[in-house]
Amino acid sequence: MDNKLLDVKNLETVFKQRKIIIHAVNGISFSIKKGEMLGVVGESGCGKSVSMLSIVNLIPPSGTIKNGQILFEGQDLRKINKHDFYSIRGNKIGIIFQDPITSLNPFLKIGIQISEGLIYHKKLSKNQAMKRSAELLDLVGIANPKERLNEYPHQFSGGMRQRVMIAIAISCEPELLIADEPTTALDVTIQAQIMELIKNLRSRLDTSIILITHDLALVAGMVDRVIVMYSGFIVEEALVNDLYDNPQHPYTISLLKSIPKLRGQTASKLLSIEGSPPELLEKPQFCPFAPRCKYNIEKCWQATPPMRSVSEDNDSHKVACWVNKKNGVEK
Amino acid sequence: MKDKQNKIILSIKNLKKYFPVRLGAFGESSGIVYAVDGISLDVSRGEIMGIVGESGCGKSTTGFVIVQLYRATSGSVYFNGIDLTKLSERELRCMRTKIQIIFQDPYSTLNPRMTIGESIGEPIRAHKLMKNSEVKNRVFELLKDVGLKPSFSNRYPHELSGGQQQRICIARALAINPDFIVCDEPVSALDVSVQAQIINLMKELQEKYNLTYLFIAHNLAVVRHISDRVAVMYLGKIVELANKDELFDNPLHPYTKSLLSAVPEADPKLEQQRKRIILEGDVPDAMNPPTGCRFHTRCPIANEKCSKEIPYFEEKRPRHFAACHYVKRRCNRRR
Repeated sequence: MDNKLLDVKNLETVFKQRKIIIHAVNGISFSIKKGEMLGVVGESGCGKSVSMLSIVNLIPPSGTIKNGQILFEGQDLRKINKHDFYSIRGNKIGIIFQDPITSLNPFLKIGIQISEGLIYHKKLSKNQAMKRSAELLDLVGIANPKERLNEYPHQFSGGMRQRVMIAIAISCEPELLIADEPTTALDVTIQAQIMELIKNLRSRLDTSIILITHDLALVAGMVDRVIVMYSGFIVEEALVNDLYDNPQHPYTISLLKSIPKLRGQTASKLLSIEGSPPELLEKPQFCPFAPRCKYNIEKCWQATPPMRSVSEDNDSHKVACWVNKKNGVEK
Repeated sequence: MKDKQNKIILSIKNLKKYFPVRLGAFGESSGIVYAVDGISLDVSRGEIMGIVGESGCGKSTTGFVIVQLYRATSGSVYFNGIDLTKLSERELRCMRTKIQIIFQDPYSTLNPRMTIGESIGEPIRAHKLMKNSEVKNRVFELLKDVGLKPSFSNRYPHELSGGQQQRICIARALAINPDFIVCDEPVSALDVSVQAQIINLMKELQEKYNLTYLFIAHNLAVVRHISDRVAVMYLGKIVELANKDELFDNPLHPYTKSLLSAVPEADPKLEQQRKRIILEGDVPDAMNPPTGCRFHTRCPIANEKCSKEIPYFEEKRPRHFAACHYVKRRCNRRR
């Protein structure tokens, strides 16, 4: 086994709502190495959260994983039973959700919520767990940790609650940390604080991190590798510098151009992608981006493009597009 | 540009809006939220004035007070020379044909039981500006303006995507030919690719009808893109005001500086080298704002003076205003 911590192959997740079937994730494959930080970017409804929640089996009851393999440390997470899953989720895989107020229990003191995992997974005594919880709060930058253990979630501000969520997620020193839009509900100055914290924790704990976000700018300074998703497919996968310097997929190119810039010249008009993302009611038989794509050729309408490598030496930069830059079709 | 400066369409003078709140289960103690605490601002005709700030800084409240959805606690809002805060509800009705507002979440502002056509036509009917028979054509015209087909007028809001709904809200705001539109976070609820469409549309319409916008947003890059001038708010006060290029290239106030440095950019090389100013702590409670300069509790350069004296909001550079004790004045022009 090479150093892949998580290897997802051909994952497919669908949701059933009455008679409608929504194809949220349409067979995606990716992997993450030990100690690596991976960014998953896409607009709302592109399947980025669903695919990552499928890994930890946390999708809502209307959803089912139809297909695929989820290999975590060589073990297929789809094949193990519920009880074995408990020893992985929260223990080896930690999760940070978007909205800390709905993820924390308003009736329980922070200390109890942090120590819960420690008592269950690490078999610590209550006192030991509380002591460790205070250390964790200190680690995530909350002042007076011992006193604050006895407070309730509503006594914390939004940024502080997110720090508590992070403390819970890292309490059992997980191998993999999934952060699902950890700063979307927060202000920019608080976002900068939380991102700095995640960066520090990463260098200290050496965990692999999956950062899910809609903000292309946020991942730029944080991650090693980026996956761009659209309509339940991975459309591009590249090392962070390659993606921003040399984006290949028309969707990535236009997405990068449609963000207003904070520095330098402002264009009088932003590049916009016409139309809106597809509704996922059918599993597309052609490239999902074709209806909005400027470069679509006949082939785009005939079959979904497979991922192909565009980097010269290795497989680090992959794109799912029929149109080839080298074949003379200008992008 | 000079022409723009001369015609001031909206002038806010020392505007304050306080919200009384009762605390405790039986309302035994009460407090005041100082949402907007003495701001002054002039907006010229045809200008796009951006207001940025974190949540709770009073930027939306300012917008609501301007359209008189909230009545001001004190201070005045002059629109074309008329003080809106002094008008009765009846008199305000006439003024409302000139001032409109676009809200953040288009879905919750559209009536789910009205068709798109009815929603867009409603302000025209409410103000009795046209005969009923003419309204339909006007609606088609407006739909065309915002880039939608006339057939949309028979649909219901839930059938549309977020971007299309926001287009409808823009069409509705334009329906009675206003001069001034308050845009309260119009693109915050939208995805990046759709956001760009709406920003382009709003800019086009502004040029076409010579509209004046007060563009409220928390996204600094969006505000930079669309605005002519930008005001930065913190805890109910404007801390800095300048032309957008001046403000973004050469920020003076420590809050603006840290705000700009906190925003991530889509450039990994830049991001890896960048040194961030990370502010400590959270925005203080607006019910109990800090004394002196409101930013002093989080400010990297604050000292004792800041906690005691309120800094003046003054012209530190030509046409560049800031409220900070430690920014030296360097402009010859006296106002």
